Order: sequence, then C-alpha cells, then structure tokens
Amino acid sequence: MSSITKKDEVMEAYTEALERLDAPKGRSLGQDALRRLIANKAALVSIIVLGVIIVAALIGPHLTPWDVAKVDWGSIRKPPDFAKGHFLGTDQNGRDLLARLFQGTQMSLMVAGVATVVSVVIGITYGAVAGYFGGRIDAMMMRFVDVMYALPYMLFVIILVVVFGRSPILLFVGIGALEWLTMARIVRGQTLTLKEKEFIEAARAGGAKPFTIIMRHIVPNLTGPVVIYATLTVPEIIITESFLSYLGLGVQEPLTSLGTLISNGAAVAEALPWLLISPAIVLVSMLLCLTYIGDGLRDALDPKDR
Amino acid sequence: MKFQTLVKATAIAAAFALGAASMAQAATLHLHNGGDPRSLDPQRVSGNWEDRPVSDYIEGLMTLDAKGGAILGQAASYSVSDDGLVYTFKIRDNAMWSDGEPVVAEDFVLGLQRLEDPKTAAEYAYLQYFIDNAEAINSGEITDLDELGVKAIDDKTVEITLNAPTPYFLQALTHYSAYPVPSHVVAEYGDDWASIDHLVANGPFKPVEWVPGSYIHSVKNDKYYAADTVKLDDVYYYITDDDNAALQRYRAGEIDILSNFASDQYQLLQDQYPGQAHVFPFLGVYYYVINQTKEPFTDVRVRKALSIAINRKVIGPDILGTGELPAYGWVPPGTSNYEGEQYMPAYADETYDERVAEAAKLMEELGYTAENPLTVQLRYNTNENHQRIAVAISAMWEPIHVKVELFNSDVSTHYDALTAGDFEVGRAGWIMDYDDPSNMLDLLKSGTGNNYGRYANAEYDELLAKAANEQDLVKRAGYMHAAEKIAMDEFGVIPIYYYVAKWVISPKVSGFEDNAVDRHLVRYISKSE
Amino acid sequence: MLSYALRRVLSAIPVALIAVTVCFFVLRLAPGGPFDGERALPEEILNNLREYYHMNEPLVMQYLRYIWGLLQFDLGPSMVIKGFTVSQLLAIGLPFTLMLGFTAFVVATAIGIVAGVIAAVQQNKWPDYVLVLAVMLGVIVPNFLMGALLQLFFGVYLKWFPAGGFVYGSISHLVLPVTVLAWPHAARVSRLMRGSMIEVLGSNYIRTAKSKGIGERLVLARHAMKPAMIPVVSYLGPGLSYLLTGSLVVEQIFGLPGIGKYFVQAALNRDYGLVLGTTVFYILLILVLNLIVDMVYAWLDPRVRYH
Repeated sequence: MSSITKKDEVMEAYTEALERLDAPKGRSLGQDALRRLIANKAALVSIIVLGVIIVAALIGPHLTPWDVAKVDWGSIRKPPDFAKGHFLGTDQNGRDLLARLFQGTQMSLMVAGVATVVSVVIGITYGAVAGYFGGRIDAMMMRFVDVMYALPYMLFVIILVVVFGRSPILLFVGIGALEWLTMARIVRGQTLTLKEKEFIEAARAGGAKPFTIIMRHIVPNLTGPVVIYATLTVPEIIITESFLSYLGLGVQEPLTSLGTLISNGAAVAEALPWLLISPAIVLVSMLLCLTYIGDGLRDALDPKDR
Repeated sequence: MKFQTLVKATAIAAAFALGAASMAQAATLHLHNGGDPRSLDPQRVSGNWEDRPVSDYIEGLMTLDAKGGAILGQAASYSVSDDGLVYTFKIRDNAMWSDGEPVVAEDFVLGLQRLEDPKTAAEYAYLQYFIDNAEAINSGEITDLDELGVKAIDDKTVEITLNAPTPYFLQALTHYSAYPVPSHVVAEYGDDWASIDHLVANGPFKPVEWVPGSYIHSVKNDKYYAADTVKLDDVYYYITDDDNAALQRYRAGEIDILSNFASDQYQLLQDQYPGQAHVFPFLGVYYYVINQTKEPFTDVRVRKALSIAINRKVIGPDILGTGELPAYGWVPPGTSNYEGEQYMPAYADETYDERVAEAAKLMEELGYTAENPLTVQLRYNTNENHQRIAVAISAMWEPIHVKVELFNSDVSTHYDALTAGDFEVGRAGWIMDYDDPSNMLDLLKSGTGNNYGRYANAEYDELLAKAANEQDLVKRAGYMHAAEKIAMDEFGVIPIYYYVAKWVISPKVSGFEDNAVDRHLVRYISKSE
Repeated sequence: MLSYALRRVLSAIPVALIAVTVCFFVLRLAPGGPFDGERALPEEILNNLREYYHMNEPLVMQYLRYIWGLLQFDLGPSMVIKGFTVSQLLAIGLPFTLMLGFTAFVVATAIGIVAGVIAAVQQNKWPDYVLVLAVMLGVIVPNFLMGALLQLFFGVYLKWFPAGGFVYGSISHLVLPVTVLAWPHAARVSRLMRGSMIEVLGSNYIRTAKSKGIGERLVLARHAMKPAMIPVVSYLGPGLSYLLTGSLVVEQIFGLPGIGKYFVQAALNRDYGLVLGTTVFYILLILVLNLIVDMVYAWLDPRVRYH
C-alpha cells in the first residue's frame, strides 16, 4: 500500500535534492522551516484541525455521557437523540456513537503512531548501520531491502493478521515492521554522505564508538526526512487499517477504530446513515489535513529553497 | 508505451467481445447464491450454497417437493423389508443422463462408494453412516468397497441395507451426499468428472459455465424425465459473499432472488419493497457452548446462571432486527418424527428481572460479586451478527457479576479452538442435515466431534441408543424427548435462537415456497417478464 | 539489453523462492487449518483429508514436495475450492484481472496526465483547486466506501450503469468498477504530473522558448511534456502492479471474477496451496512489470544506463 500517499516518490525526490545540495546543516526542522510552514495557509488550517481532532479523541471519552461499551437497551439503532445524550445516535447494539467515535479515532491514531514509530526506528537503525559500515555489509543489507520491495505488501499484512489476529498493537508493530524500507534507503544515503564529513572524522578520531556516532551525529541530522516520512506514513496506516476492517480483520470488540466504524457504516449507508456520516467526516478531514501538512512540510523543508 | 498498452487492452477487450454468447430472450432466473462453491461433485461439497447448483443438476433416488418433503426422484418406486433395514428401489425407465446414457443402479452404488471411500476424503461421509459398513469403510477398517450395504441387483434395481432402522432414511436420500454419479463419465475422467467440461446431469438443469467469483450458469436439461414441467430455460447462480452488494443488484433489477440479506436491511426492504422479503424459521439452532472440562463451568449453577440471564426475547427482534424466535430447548419446533410437547423450561415464563436476580444469587453463592466478578472469555467467529449478539450478551451478563472478554477470530481459528477445547464460552450454530431430532440430539452425545462443550451424561447417551434401535416412532420420540430434557435441565449447552431463513423474492417469481428445511429446487420456480 | 533483462528475470527466482518459503512456514504458524469449518469433522475423515493433501507428512517433506511441484510449474491443488487446481484458478481469473487492471490503468493514466497538466498550467487558480480536490477524494475515501456509494447512486438510484456482475463484451458493466479502481491511481499520476510540470515550466529552457515567442501550447507539447513525464513513468510500474493486485474490493462489491479475492479468501480459509500460488504469481507479475517500466524509463531518459 505504499502507493497511497506516493510516499516513496516524495521521499526519493526529497533526498535527491538533499544530496545535490550536500549541506548537512539546516536539514533539521529549524525555526526557519517552522515559520515557512506556518505561512502556508492550507498547512496551518490543517494543523489546527488535526490538533482539534487529536485533543477531542484524547479527552472526549471522559466527557461523553455514555461509555464506549455501555448498552442502552432503550435506544437500539436510533438516530441522534439529544434528550438521552446520544448526540450522534446509537449503533445496532444500542451503544453511543459519539463515545465510539472518540475511542475509534484514538485507536486509529494510536495504531498509526505505533506502526510509524516502529518503521522509523527500524528504518533508521537499518539504514544507518548499512550506510556507516558500507562495503559488503551495505551491499548485502540493501539487496535484502530490494528483495522486500518486490514482495506484495498487502499479502504479508493479511498473513500477519491471520497469525497475530488477536492483538491490534502487535499487529501494527508487524505492519510497521513491513513499512520501513523507504526509511532505511534514505537514512543509508544520508549516512553515506555524512560519514565523510569532518565532524564525523573528528568524532571517530576522538575514539567514539560507531553506535555513539550514529546516535549523536547522524540521527539528529535526519529530523527533516523523518518528519515528512511520518506525516506520509500515518494516513497510509489508517487506510490500511480501514481496509483490514473491511475484510473483517479489524480491532477486537468492544473497542473500535475509525476503519471499523466506517466499514460498518458503509454497509448501512441508507438504512442507518448516521452510522456512516460522522466517522466518514472525521476520517476524510484527518487524512486531508495530514496530506496538506505533508505537502507543507515538504515545501518548508525543501533544501533547494535555502 | 501508452499506445502499446492501449493496443493490448483493446485486444483483450475485443477477445472478450468475440467470446460473447448471444443471449436469446428466454425465461432466465437470476439467483444470488453466496460464496464460491468448492466443487460441483456432490460427494465433495458440504454447504447450502453448493447444494443449490448441485441439487438442480443431480437428482437422487428421492428428491424434494416445493415444501421440502421427500418424494420419489430417480426412483419410480421402493419397498422396505419388515425389520426396516433393507430398502429396494426401482429406477425410472426414462431416467437418463444429459448425454443420453440411461441412469443405472451402478451409478448410485458408485456414488455412495465414493462417499465412503477414504480416498475421496468426503467431508460428509458420516451423514450416511447408517448404511451397513459405511463407517468401517470410511475409517479404513474394511478396504473392499463392495462390502458397503449398497448393491445393484440389476441395471434398474438398487438395494440399500442399513445397520439400524432409520425413520429419516428417505429424507436422507435427498441429501447430496447420497446422489448418484455418472459411472460412465467417472470411468473416463475419474475425479475430474465433475469439472464443467465433463459433467453430465440427470436433474432438471445442467451447468454449462462456471466463472469462479462471478457465477455458475445452468441451462434446462431436456433429457430430464419431467422436463415438460420445468418452466425456466436457464439459471444464473451468482457468486458473492457481499450480501449488501447483492441487495443493490436486486434493487437494480439484475437479480430475481436473494438467498440471504443483512438483518440491518430488513426495515428498508419492508418499507421500499413490501412483501418481497421472506423471513421464515427453518431447522437450525444458534447456540453458545460452555466448556465443561474447565472450572468453574463444570458447576451446573454457573451454567444455569449464564443461561437464564440471557434475555432471548430481545435478540431476534431488537439486536438482529429480523425477529428470530428465542430458543429454550434444543430441537427446533416443527421437526418431524418428534411427537410430544416441546421442551420449555420453567424460567422461560418468569420475568427477566426475576431471572437476573436468581442468576445473580447463584453466582453470589459461588463467591462471585460485583467486586470479584467471574471473567469469561467469549469466542465467536468474525461476523457482524455474531459480534452483535456477543456484545449484547456480555451486557446481559454484567449484572450477574460476569465480566466478558470478547475474542473474535476467523472461522478456521475459531473452530480449531472449539474442537481443541481451547475456550470457555464459544459461539456455534447447527443447521440440521435431516428433518429428524436425532440430528440435533447426537451433537450432545459424549465423545462426538461436534460436542465442543464436552457435555457428557451416560443416561442421555443410553436414551439415544435406545431411540436409534426403536422402530415405533412414538416410543422413539419419547426417548428423545427425555434425553432433550436431561441435557437442557443440566444446561449442557445454551441455545439462543432458532435460525430463520432470509430470502428476497421478486414479485416476478412464483413457485418459491418457504419451507422448514430451507431447500428450494429451481425446477418448481417460474418467472414472468 | 537482452542480457540485462535476462539477468533481472533470473535474479527474480531467488526472491520468489525466499518469499514462498517464508509464506509457507509462516502460514503454518497460524492457528486452524483448511479443514476447520462450521462443523467439526470426525477424526477418520480428517485423516482421509490429510492423506489426500499429503498433510500428514513432515512439514519439510511437504515443503520439498511443493517446491518440486513449483519447479515443474505445478502449483498443486486448492484445498478449499476443490473443483479446480490452483493453476486453473489463476488461469481463469487472470484475463479478468488483467483486463480490469489495464483498462483502469489506461483510463487513469490518461486522465491523471491531463488533469495534472491543466492543474500545473492553471497553478493556484480555481481549475487547479477543483482538480486537486477531486482527485484527492480518490485517495482519502476508502475504496470500499467509494464502491458502495457509487453502486448505490449510479446503479440503484439513477440506474445509469449496472450495479454489478460481469457480461462478456459489455462495457457498461465495467464503468463503475473501473472508476473505483482507477480513481486513486489517477490521483497519484495527476499529483506527480502537476509537480513535475510546474518544475519543468519554471526551468530555464522553457522560459527561453517562451521568450522566443513560441505559443504556450506548442511549448507544452513540444518541449515540456517529455521531461515532465519522467517521474510519472517511474510511477507507472508500481502503479500498475497496485492496480493488478488491488482489485479485491471491486471484485467483491461488483461481483466480478478475478484473482484479487483469491488471496484473502485463501488466507482466511487456510487454503495453503492457493495462498502460495497467488503469492508466487504476484511476485513474478510485479518483477516483470518493474522490468518493463525500467526499460521504458531508460528509453525515455537516455542518461539512465543498464548496470
């Protein structure tokens, strides 16, 4: 699914530009870049909207009159009813949709976050090791990445679900573990250029261990690519999650996720429309925001503009 | 590059256009059938979505009428020995396969031999274990297939010997596992005889095209002995697992009959297409099994509390929305060969509040309280309805100090766990193979594979054994009623509701009758344009 | 060039082998088996089934048996759809998948390129905004929702197109599924096209051409298109393989034949033979597509050389 946000292409273009410039400084998300990001109106609005969604998902569950799993026997599959406190209606089990929407958004953000963090960590470690040691190790490690690229990604996700079906977090750790390829490539390229620099030479001469050098001197220079990568990976994982929910492989009840809510709602779009509308609005606005933020970040961090 | 791709795509599209069959205006039935059949070989299938295309092209000695009762099929007549063990069937003189070959006794012998032959690996071999030596052959104890109690006396006479009088035997012969196979085609192609290119039909329709994932197309078989009564020219059995998508195609006028619809759409169907949704009970039970090898479920009080705290009356009408009838007993109402009063426990008449209070008291006696609840893992296989019922039941169990952990998994994992006994409470369902109570009651016999909860009661087993050898139907029913009462009073299993069949039938279609076995041969159906 | 292609194809073999091996063993870790269904089967019948599919042999033996078959292009039987072998299933589904995929590919690429060019030329004007939003919908609305909604509106309410099904030679049956399949692809192509076209239009030689007084359309057609196409072409390979492997949802919703759903159903049913067969097939497909795209790419951009 790596083509959903055309992450690979964006990241490749970005690093190519970085390499052409060959200037390690200013690649991090500095104040300058931040100012440019804020100047981008679409990105600014997106950041605000996304912020509101995240905050709502975090504190919302404490404010709703109904609990996620609480069954209201008196209102099963009922449209919004303010008197009873079901502001978005109830599902076929008489559970409050607003409570479930908050919890589902939280779950979707969490699995996306987990998968992204896992893929970034694996990608950085792998790429930095390959790039730093170079030579035959590098060739072998990158050959492995090429092999992984050729595999049908979705097939492996489905096998993972079948094997790890029980735990959503474990599952998304697994998905993250399949997502790191692009990150590894970029980090390797960066490391290859960085390690020839004087300050690395100096550190090495000073007796620093490879691990220290990677952590101290190489990783901090990767903020830019990592941030862009993350904004592009999060929507991808959210879409992947909703696709898995469509296949009936979503998170375990009574918990829910945006994908699960939407695939349930899509089935009853006509009969119980309120079950589709609000989750769909949240999902679409969240993904729109992430896309605009990703675009904005790429422009803000574009090394060519320096 | 783009141009080349375009040329290629056009070439593919053109190839498809050329292959297009010209479709004459004829009475064509479009039927939504469910998933992809695994095969069209009657001895190698086991689901109702496979039954439909198979039973429309192969007919057994006995077949079904529109109401689902057993009537003479390929057999013109039959006789039974006095002890009820030997049946002799005379095959119709005008029974023939669609390639013009006559249907002979050998075809039936071969069909049943294939079923029991371990090499066929037939999943439903056990359904005909009442035939003499069937079980021994299937388990490999006897290797000579001719030892099976099915003999061809001459070309047109079949004799079947049973190991016990079986009142539902004629009904069992309408099941696809007992269907004949064209021995002349099998001789030529072996197991491949049922592929779309080789198969021949002795029933009213013959499959001519199978596009996996899309449809099976069958056309009328003019060689069928009752071809003049068949009103349709051809049938499309559409393949899709997505019931909502099928409903949309029905609404667009592309499909005439839906064999299922999602419960959530019932209201919409009633509002927009009044009278077209057919919801009727058929012989099957939706139930929860309790693992009786695990503490504390060995204690009947826990099982009782769990069972009586379920408010079955809200499940059908409210949670599912299709009005399934609450199940308090084990044998569905309307089952044949079951004279006597339907089992109904005392708690069924109490108010729900009384029941919850009683259940809570039982749990408290065992030391479970709101602060110290019993944690129960409830397993179900992934499905919208199973999930909803599980969520509702966990809410019903909350006031009796039971905390439920839901655990859903795909079908394979789920049944693997049930079979292995690796569960506490699990969802299961049983759709009866024959219209006879023994088919339900056998599920609770000790040591049966489908007795997932490991319910065991010697008295129960003994009553069933007595019933199996009893020829007098009233006495037999008496034994079985007694057995049902034992198992239900001990809460050996928690029945929840009796299944309903959910069809949508276009007003253009006539001849479809709601029936308790939920089998509907297309030969009785007609369609007006 | 031929030896390059040959080398690429040969190097695909170990990749496929590794993937098959991983798949083979990982799948056996999953609980359940192909014969677990709604009903428990008696032990003797299970034994018969295991014997029939050689599943009573040690796992390594089964693996070797599978690889041996694979080397002879025998993908073995399907354990669930017993009426067919895996090869037959793939052979039946493939033409449909290819037709649907290629149609969507051609339509989406054409629309994507045109939309991208228009958006670039009209940068930051209303056609740009409208186009960007329209194509974005294809990416951010999950395809199963898009499919269900299009089916409802255009199939049921408006009755403009059939709500599903497949009829040989009928184009109208393909409209809705192709739309659902093609939309996200068109979105990505147009975003790539827009970006690279903006870049090319801002480059010096285009400015020179314009300053010479060559009309804008001519500049576009003669000078800007080819260089601007390069990033798009490099995406076409992954894009096409995504279209060919991602047809599950449209197959499901529109009741179409094809291989997209085999894999998912097979994985859920533990139909080991079919899962492995589909995997091998997809890997080879992706590798071949990537190879073709690389060659086209080299032809478009002479700076790229085979190595």
